[in-house]
Amino acid sequence: MNSDLRSHLGRARGLGSAKSGVHHFWVQRLTAVALVPLAAWFAVSLVMLSGADYAMVRAWIGSPFVMVLLTLTIVIGLHHAQLGLQVVIEDYVHNDGAKLAMIVAVKFIAVFFGLAATVAILRIGFGG
Amino acid sequence: MSAANRPTSRPLSPHLQVYRLPFLANLSILHRATGIALSVGALYLATWVVFAAGSFDTYAKFQSFNGSIVGRLVLGGWLFSLFFHLFNGIRHLFWDFGYGFELKDADRSGWIVVAVTAVATAAAWIVGLRLI
Repeated sequence: MNSDLRSHLGRARGLGSAKSGVHHFWVQRLTAVALVPLAAWFAVSLVMLSGADYAMVRAWIGSPFVMVLLTLTIVIGLHHAQLGLQVVIEDYVHNDGAKLAMIVAVKFIAVFFGLAATVAILRIGFGG
Repeated sequence: MSAANRPTSRPLSPHLQVYRLPFLANLSILHRATGIALSVGALYLATWVVFAAGSFDTYAKFQSFNGSIVGRLVLGGWLFSLFFHLFNGIRHLFWDFGYGFELKDADRSGWIVVAVTAVATAAAWIVGLRLI
């Protein structure tokens, strides 16, 4: 018997995926929209950097405008990538243990490389 | 009905070995494949920046790989993946807002994505190779 007087539906409401289920979907789209101009800018920049030497590449990365945009591109890109890879893993890996291990590994790798790139960009920009 | 006496002549679901995927399904799979390629590419991009923050000599080693045939194929493939995923991603965003779901429209936007990707990739390769 129900000890409280709420219906089953009333108790379930807000506890299921409706509570936070769209968060993953929403962040994936949010990062996608941000990456449209960032990816276009980066693709053009990469082509223009063809054949650039060490000093030219460092001068490019170290300018304030590029520091900001490049950090955004890498960090948001990796965030978008790990969200997408999570969906791919969830679709194709059916062993619960392997699935969890792979998703955790993908997230750790994304954070590690994102932070490494950010430190590298700051180091180039501020000298060291 | 038990499995034993089920009629065997019913149509089966498409088997990937003998079923030619429609245009839209191929684009969908290519979006995933380029997404996975770009994920690896993002790590490569991060590595490039880390090497640039290092000494002249360590960067030269990294750069010599980029200049090799394999390196150029990787970078060229990376640019193709980026352009396809970017343009097809914009198509996905239109779908998210409910536009272009009719089969006719999805087919047309699919071909537009293919055409724009081809033009952008060719332009990037030509300009990139000229600058080297």
